[in-house]
Parts: sequence; C-alpha cells; structure tokens
Amino acid sequence: MKGKVHLYGDHVDTDQIIPGAYTKTLDVDELASHVFEYLDTDFRTRMTSGDFVVAGEDFGCGSSREQAPLALKAAGVAAVVASSFARIFYRNAINIGLPVVEIGPHDIENGSELEIDLEAGALTDRTAQRTYPVTKIPAVMLDILREGGLVPYLKKHGDYQL
Amino acid sequence: MSQTAVEKILSQHVGKPVHPDEVVIVPVDAIMASDATAPYAIRAFEEMGGGELWRPDKVILVIDHAAPAPNQHISNLHRMMRKFAQEKGCRLYDVGAGICHQVMVENRHVQPGEVVIGADSHSCAYGAVGAFATGVGSTDLAALMRTGKTWLKIPPTIRIELTGRLPAGTVAKDVILFLVGQLGLSGASYQAIEYTGEAIDGLTLAGRMTLASMSVEMGAKAGIVDPRGLELPYRFEPVWADKQAHYAQVLRFDLSNLSPQISTPHSPDHVVPLEDVQGTRVTMAFIGTCTNGRFEDLQAAAAVLKGRSIAPHVRLIIAPASREVFNQALQEGVVETLSQAGATFITPGCGPCVGTHLGVPGDEEVVISSANRNFRGRMGNPNARIYLASPAVVAATALCGVITDPGQVMDTKASPS
Ligand code: SF4
Repeated sequence: MKGKVHLYGDHVDTDQIIPGAYTKTLDVDELASHVFEYLDTDFRTRMTSGDFVVAGEDFGCGSSREQAPLALKAAGVAAVVASSFARIFYRNAINIGLPVVEIGPHDIENGSELEIDLEAGALTDRTAQRTYPVTKIPAVMLDILREGGLVPYLKKHGDYQL
Repeated sequence: MSQTAVEKILSQHVGKPVHPDEVVIVPVDAIMASDATAPYAIRAFEEMGGGELWRPDKVILVIDHAAPAPNQHISNLHRMMRKFAQEKGCRLYDVGAGICHQVMVENRHVQPGEVVIGADSHSCAYGAVGAFATGVGSTDLAALMRTGKTWLKIPPTIRIELTGRLPAGTVAKDVILFLVGQLGLSGASYQAIEYTGEAIDGLTLAGRMTLASMSVEMGAKAGIVDPRGLELPYRFEPVWADKQAHYAQVLRFDLSNLSPQISTPHSPDHVVPLEDVQGTRVTMAFIGTCTNGRFEDLQAAAAVLKGRSIAPHVRLIIAPASREVFNQALQEGVVETLSQAGATFITPGCGPCVGTHLGVPGDEEVVISSANRNFRGRMGNPNARIYLASPAVVAATALCGVITDPGQVMDTKASPS
C-alpha cells in the first residue's frame, strides 16, 4: 500500500471522525461525505483514495460506532497509523477490513509519501527515506483482514478458526 | 493458580485457564444491540448468510438512542429491527422501555459471573453485577448473533482500591469522575479494572452501575465491581478475585476527603473539584443516561429542588433510564417534585446524551449533564460546551443558573429519607 499522509494529533475521538448526528444511515457514501467534518473541514477535498491517516495516541476513542472506521474506509483511506488505538475502534476497523497499524515514536510529516507492508510489519516514509517497524497484527485479525473483513470471513468459514 | 475476577470468569467460559494478552475465542451468555448499532448488525448478519440466531432468547435488541424516532429515516431503521426480532424470535425492547444497559440489568439479561457483549461502548456497565461485559461494534455483534462466540484478547487487570469513607455530599459519580481525571482517557486501555475497597462497599446497584459504566472513559475493556456489599433481587453466586491474583497495577486512592467533582469541556478526563468552576453560567441542564438516570439519581435531584423553581434562563431536561425508573419516580412523587420545579420529562432512553434527537444545545451554550461524555459535538452541536457532574450538582446548578455545589443550597437540617 502506498499513499499520502494526513496527519492528526492525540485523542481523535469517534465524534470527530464522524459526528453522531450523521451516523443513523446505512449509506456508506453518506458517511464518507461527513468524515472529519468537525476536525478538518478540507479533508475530503485534499484526500485521494489510497491515502493514510496518521495520528497520535488513542485514535478512535469515544463511542463504539462502527460508522467511524466505515466512514474512513468509504472515503478511501487505505489504513490508519497511530501511536495507539481505542480498543473498540481497533476491533471495528479489523472487522470491516480497514487496516490499522500501531507505530512507535516517529517524525512523519503531513503530506509525506508512505508505504506499508502489513504482513512484514514495516512502514516506510518515502519522503524522509526512513523505515519504521510497526506492531504486527495478531494472526486471527490478519486472517479477518485478508478476507476483507469479518463478514466475508464468516461467510467463508461459518465460524471462528483459531 | 490465582486469578483476577475477570480471568476467572473468562477461564470458566473458555474451559481452560487463560492468561493476559492471550487471544481466545469465548462463548458468551447474552448479547445486546441498540438502534444505533443493530441496523448495521442485522445487515452484516444477513451478509454473513443469515439464517437462525445462535440463541434467540439471548439476543436482546433495544430501541433507545433515538426513541421515539425523530424522522422517517430512523423510523424505518426501527421498523427493520422490529421485523428482524419478529422473524428471528429474539427479544426487542421498543420505544420507551429505557436505555439498553438499564434494561439489560433490570430484566436480568445479565447476571454475576456471566460474559455479556453489547454493541455499545458502555456495555461495561454490567460489571456492576460482577459480569465480564464489554462493548463491540455491529459486525462483531453480527458474528455473535450467528456463532454465540467472539474473539478476545484476555485483558490484564488493574486493581483500584478505594479506601476511606465517602464524605457526605459525594456519590459514585464523584468517585468515577475523580478516577477518570486521575487515570486519563487511555489510562486503562486494553485492560480490565477491578474496583474494590471500603469506600464503595456500601454502594447500591445504581451506584455500582455509575462506576462500572465510566470504565470505558479510561479506555478499559471492562470494569468489574467487587461483589462485597452487592445486593440483587435474586440469589446469585458471586465470583471473587483470588487473594494472590496478579494485577498489572494496583492503585490506591483514599476518598475520605473527596469533594464533588466535575468534568470540564471537551473531554471527560478534564476533571476538577467543583469549586474550581463554581459560578459558571449554564443554560441547559440534563439528568439521565446509563451513567446517572436511575431512580436514586432522580431522587437526589428532587431532594435539591423540592419546593423550589429552577432559574428562569435554564431548561432542565430529564430522561429516566427506563420505564421502571419513571414509574417508581411517579409513584414516589419524585416526578411531581421535579416537574413543579420546572423540569421537563422526556421518553425513557438516551435522550440528548448523544445528540441524535431531542435537546440539542445551541451555539455557545453551556450545558451541565449527568452523562458520561462531553467530547466536542457530543450532544449534537460542536459549538456547545458540556460539563459532567452528579445529578445533585446538575439540579443545584439548574436551580441557581450557575455551577453550584448542592451542599450550599440544601437545607442541612432536613435529612432526606
Ligand atoms: S445513555 Fe448515552 S452513553 Fe448511555 S447508552 Fe445511551 S447514548 Fe450511550
């Protein structure tokens, strides 16, 4: 995966990802059209499909709404990289097939070009020419991601495989 | 092998001893989804192949987040839930029954020692009765509807020992706000919290739910309250943590000098003693939510407002946590007292908590609320400011129109009860 960075800070909560008022819909394009509405009004115009969101601690804290990772995925975000994730956001992202990557201290800048290899657990900042190790995704979750999310996973397997 | 309460419950369910950080597949006892998450879960369930539910009697759906529906769109999502419940034979609590978490506990869908998963982040509230409970998203819930199982990383446990006696005028909400302030939004991330100690032994079930529900505001996966002192209207087998259990951390707080706490905009962990923000003008006050919308919460507000009227520039909105709560409050005259003081009652349910309908504040408005979250935009308007406090503080603030310590407006000679 290759794409451009959209950089944010710590504690980006789910209300900032997708305001609660817009979540009562099953239409993912509708969700995508309100992504980051309170946090970064220009995001939707600046972003191109395949880009990455890079953030600090506790990304996705707050309400458990699955619409948050769905909105990001529907908007074309290829993966979210953060120092840490709120637990439910992390689960939801894996379950809907949006890769989430935990990274240690870094100096990735807004607009930089990134390349991510999930299987190898490596992230390269091509602009700064630096490679970072990232936390490897546990096997169960990687299997779910590989199938494109929990829906296709269970459709295929019928039950959890461990 | 010595285990924490959470490790014990999960080991019993998995059928072998489990250890922190291990990823396991856990069979559960019951699952829950609200109108905020059920529509997606139903769709995902159908996409997974549909068919029969794992156990219809253990799948609980609740219409509470936008109830009654504010528009045709949401009304149609509610219809979808009713149709699904009817077809699959699962239990649905419709408009007005109450907030999902309250409904789950009141109707015994969750019991001590069980594993219960809800598609809502405050599902951790069931730790109040000594269950392991955590929140997941809709797709996870769909998988649970189908399999009765979920994948889980066993959380390490943080033990929080609360010593001393709670001073008069402080309640469970002050305790949990204080702890959220101390630990911060991610202080317990990926971990479970065990609350114990003499300061909380005397808490009612309602107070224990207040405590457990806000565990998620510290990032915790679950929050379980020591069963010592727990009273339930039925016989139960509590699960005790082993004395030698290994904890990721043991934190001790002496609460004998606790004062009313308040969380300031725009994050639940921006907690200060009330006196720091005393006098701040507010225009909207809200009592309700799964954290503080129960009978004793309404009663505490009534004790402050009895025979008085709220400030003319304030609107006080009350959403009882359930119909049962509302009925009790009616019977005991609490509704009358509050209504005569100028409060407006709305449908039992989430009400203004999440900003999807009813009671959205205007720009620049300042709100005091008994809820659990005050992120920017939480109540539906990013230009409003939300303070979180106990129901008594919300009531005293509605009375005076500025943030007020109830101790200063209560007649100290008159004893409640
Ligand atoms: S009352 Fe508020 S916090 Fe509780 S379940 Fe409803 S929306 Fe969520």
